[in-house]
Amino acid sequence: MEIILALSIGALAGSGVWLILRSRTYQVLIGLSLLSYAVNLFIFSMGRLRTDAPPILEKGVPNTLAHYTDPVPQALVLTAIVITFAMTALFLVVLLVARGLTRNDHVDGRES
Amino acid sequence: MISNESLLLAAIAIPFLGSLVAALLPTNARNLEAWLAGTVALAEIGIFSVLYPAITDGQVVRSEWAWMPTAGLNFVLRIDGLSWIFALLIAGIGGLVFLYARYYMSPQDPVPRFFSFLLAFMGSMLGIVFSGNLIQLVFFWELTSVFSFLLIAYWHHDAGARSGARLALTITAAGGLCLFGGVLVLGEIVGSYDLDEVLASGVLIRSHDLYLPALVLILLGAFTKSAQFPFHVWLPRAMAAPTPVSAYLHSATMVKAGIFLLIRLWPVLSGTEAWLWLVATTGLITFVTGAYLAMFQNDLKGVLAYSTISHLGLTTLLLGMDAPLATVAAIFHVMNHATFKASLFMAAGVIDHETGTRDIRKLSGLYRYMPVTTALATVAAAAMAGVPLLNGFLSKEMFFAETIETHDGSLMDTLLPYFATVAAAFSVAYSLRFIRDVFFGPPPTDLPREPHEPPHWMRFPIELLVVVCLLVGMFPNYTIGPFLNVAVASVLGGTAPKFNLAIWHGFTLPFVMSIVAMAGGIAVYAFLKLYNFDSRKIPWPAIGDYIPTDFAGTTARSVMRWIGTRSLQPQLRSVVCFAFVAGLAPLVGRTLFPETLQLTKIDAAFALVWIIGVVCALATAYQAKFHRLAALIFMSGAGIATFLTFIYLSAPDLALTQLLVEVVTTVLILLGLRWLPKRDERLLKTDSSMLMRRYVDLTIAMVVGTGLAMLAFAVMTRPAPQYNLAEFFLHRSYAEGGGRNVVNVILVDFRGFDTLGEITVLCIVALVVFALLRRFRPSPESIGSPEQKRIQEAFDVDHPDRRPGETIADYLLIPSVIMRLLFPVIGTLGIYLFLRGHDLPGGGFVAGLTLAIAIILQYMGGGAAWVEDRIRVFPLRWMAVGFAFALAGGGIALAFGYPFLTAFAYDLHLPVIGSLHLSTVLLFDLGVLAIVLGATVLIIIALAHQSIRTHRKPKATAAEEAA
Repeated sequence: MEIILALSIGALAGSGVWLILRSRTYQVLIGLSLLSYAVNLFIFSMGRLRTDAPPILEKGVPNTLAHYTDPVPQALVLTAIVITFAMTALFLVVLLVARGLTRNDHVDGRES
Repeated sequence: MISNESLLLAAIAIPFLGSLVAALLPTNARNLEAWLAGTVALAEIGIFSVLYPAITDGQVVRSEWAWMPTAGLNFVLRIDGLSWIFALLIAGIGGLVFLYARYYMSPQDPVPRFFSFLLAFMGSMLGIVFSGNLIQLVFFWELTSVFSFLLIAYWHHDAGARSGARLALTITAAGGLCLFGGVLVLGEIVGSYDLDEVLASGVLIRSHDLYLPALVLILLGAFTKSAQFPFHVWLPRAMAAPTPVSAYLHSATMVKAGIFLLIRLWPVLSGTEAWLWLVATTGLITFVTGAYLAMFQNDLKGVLAYSTISHLGLTTLLLGMDAPLATVAAIFHVMNHATFKASLFMAAGVIDHETGTRDIRKLSGLYRYMPVTTALATVAAAAMAGVPLLNGFLSKEMFFAETIETHDGSLMDTLLPYFATVAAAFSVAYSLRFIRDVFFGPPPTDLPREPHEPPHWMRFPIELLVVVCLLVGMFPNYTIGPFLNVAVASVLGGTAPKFNLAIWHGFTLPFVMSIVAMAGGIAVYAFLKLYNFDSRKIPWPAIGDYIPTDFAGTTARSVMRWIGTRSLQPQLRSVVCFAFVAGLAPLVGRTLFPETLQLTKIDAAFALVWIIGVVCALATAYQAKFHRLAALIFMSGAGIATFLTFIYLSAPDLALTQLLVEVVTTVLILLGLRWLPKRDERLLKTDSSMLMRRYVDLTIAMVVGTGLAMLAFAVMTRPAPQYNLAEFFLHRSYAEGGGRNVVNVILVDFRGFDTLGEITVLCIVALVVFALLRRFRPSPESIGSPEQKRIQEAFDVDHPDRRPGETIADYLLIPSVIMRLLFPVIGTLGIYLFLRGHDLPGGGFVAGLTLAIAIILQYMGGGAAWVEDRIRVFPLRWMAVGFAFALAGGGIALAFGYPFLTAFAYDLHLPVIGSLHLSTVLLFDLGVLAIVLGATVLIIIALAHQSIRTHRKPKATAAEEAA
């Protein structure tokens, strides 16, 4: 399992980095989204991979890490997901406005 | 009777309060502003005269308030003779400048800003002279730099004013930083920042190892502020300011702050070789260069600016001579210079105001039109040149007397009287040119305006200052004498020398020097006139105002060209590489993978999910350039794989959020694609440099991807640390947070403040998006109807049995019916997710997104107009209400004396429904819900509305107009 998730994180991050280094605004937008998937999964995986142990407390089960997965990375990632949405929205609108203003979709606002 | 201490506080507070009031007055209230500012100045003078008896015997009035007691810092205001005489200067000249500015400013100028800044400057300047604590002094010091910046750039439509202001701020604020450093060193030596303690530790300071660094840093502060060579360049450029500002800040007060500091610290810093050489040499160079350059200026204010530099140099030179009597002369000269220079600036402003030009080459024979102003300016300029019976003569005589005193017998000491005489001759020459070329000679031709005398009250400040010049010049002992005595006593203490302010000392060597300077000045003027240097460049040495600044500018620009870039791609490339190296650095010399790998069994389904996920990611990267829709679909594929991972690996909350955000993001980008014209693949050009860049980027991407994969693998295969943080939340989530869903409890309770910050960010983003789209001008290619809509409309036209628009109306009819039916279902689901959020997967974020999707679906099914006819969609209000709820949920605790965001819970038992767990956290989470709902809906419908409004074409760019 670990190897699969690690490779996937690598593939997402690699694709994301490739795209954010490109010259078209839309590529950068999509690249940032891919990169945030990779980073979110990476942070999430810091709590180790556990199946069937969601951090939802049940009566009669001791509240320890032996019975539940680590909730802290999950709390961090949850806010990150929402913020990623906000960032995508803002960037999208900025790129649309820039497209209308500069007549091109180069990240520098002019074709080089 | 008010105590002296509170009077001192009032003296500082009144100008700042006045500044606040001035800022709130109407734009064209010139009279009201001038009355307000004038009243402030008069009040200040009143306060000072009340305080005067308390300080005449060399006493100090102090008042202290605790500021940062832990750091041993108090806010100390103190006034002694020196502060008093400077304060009088600040308030007195200030009052006259306010009156003058009333007539100088035109009705079009927004005066509240002007008077507000002037008053705030006055307060800051008084802060400097009254500071009894060195740190506090630096604070007010920098404040004067800031207000000077704002005032120079007052006419900010003028590029010269903007760049002048920037230069002044750069130099004086950088000097201020040096001063701050010097003061810290001084405080380190003395062990206190209190001025009185510092002044009492002169011997300790001068013998300390850190004396030289402290001295150099403090001198840098003083020299930059007082425009000493080579930092003088900002002052001539600052002349772009309105003339009242030049008269007040850049001749009478602010540039004297450096001098004030040198006098203030004279007792503790002077008396060493270093002081003598640094201060005297700088002063001498500035004195001579300033006077020399002033002769060649063609702008009236330029002459005065360089003359100011020269006089500041003279004062610095006096202080550098390290003799008590020279210090007396310095204080005296500061006062004299302020009176005649302020009046000359005002006269220059009058000329500018009445003739429309300040160019000496255009001006001529003005005495015919403005005889009174001519007389006033002549007297003031004579004082500047050091003509007997005027105040300038007295301090210049004292200066000459000091230069011929033998101090150390060095070469510089021997040459000093000659330098002094030559520079004095220069100052006679430029004073003569100022008067003769402007007011006398043939009548002027082609002036922009017909000149005439200014309004009486505009001339009044000049009249008053000239009368002061005359009175001080003729009866020094009855006018300035006593005050000067008090000021000198406060600086020099018991060692204060006896000095004689007589007009006539007999036929002495200084008097001979005066005569020589006078004759020499007339000769230099005649010589320059003969060779018509007016219209030529400054002869050698052309150390004009351009060398250091332009040098600095070009150097900075070339450095920026070398190491910087304005393109995004190289910047991002270096950020990525830097991040990679920073991540790699801690691993050097360690093994990445643990010895025994902790592996979990591979699940085939999970593997399959990620095979698809990885293919999607790679396909996204491949397609994003030309096939945006395909890239979006592939990206969502990777998103779904992420979502499934969260479900599989025990993170139901993350899975829910990820899925919903995925839906919303896809809708959002789809809406955006409507306004992004297609890219044509056939136009693709590739050259070798482009290919090269791609290979480099590909390598970077692969290296980063591999690195992150290895790092993730290395961490995941280690045993999880049994650390306290996770246990902390698991243990206390139910016991103290009252919720079983630990992630939700962390978000809304333990880390509620973070969440509050996050929803604030969300609000800001939504508002920014809303604002950006209000005046959205799409690219012209995408203004027309989209292709699909055109086909649908063409279909109606081709088929006579169909009405126009019928196909569009019928489009997705069955799905839209289902969407409508789903609205209550999804809405109920959202409320359910919200209510159970504390104990089961759900909560405010998830519920907010769910409700937003319910609304977005209606837009998709029925169109914006249809939806808004039927439901009231007010996302801005929802966000506001949500914010209020979140703050209230957190704020309730404050009312009971607990910290912000402390949770309160109450178990309510109701019949039928059963036990109900009520908590302030629910209120907070409701706020989160409303904000997420509002922000999401606002963003999406702001974009959706673009399709149903009419767009203006964007303005043609300059290039297109030219084409």
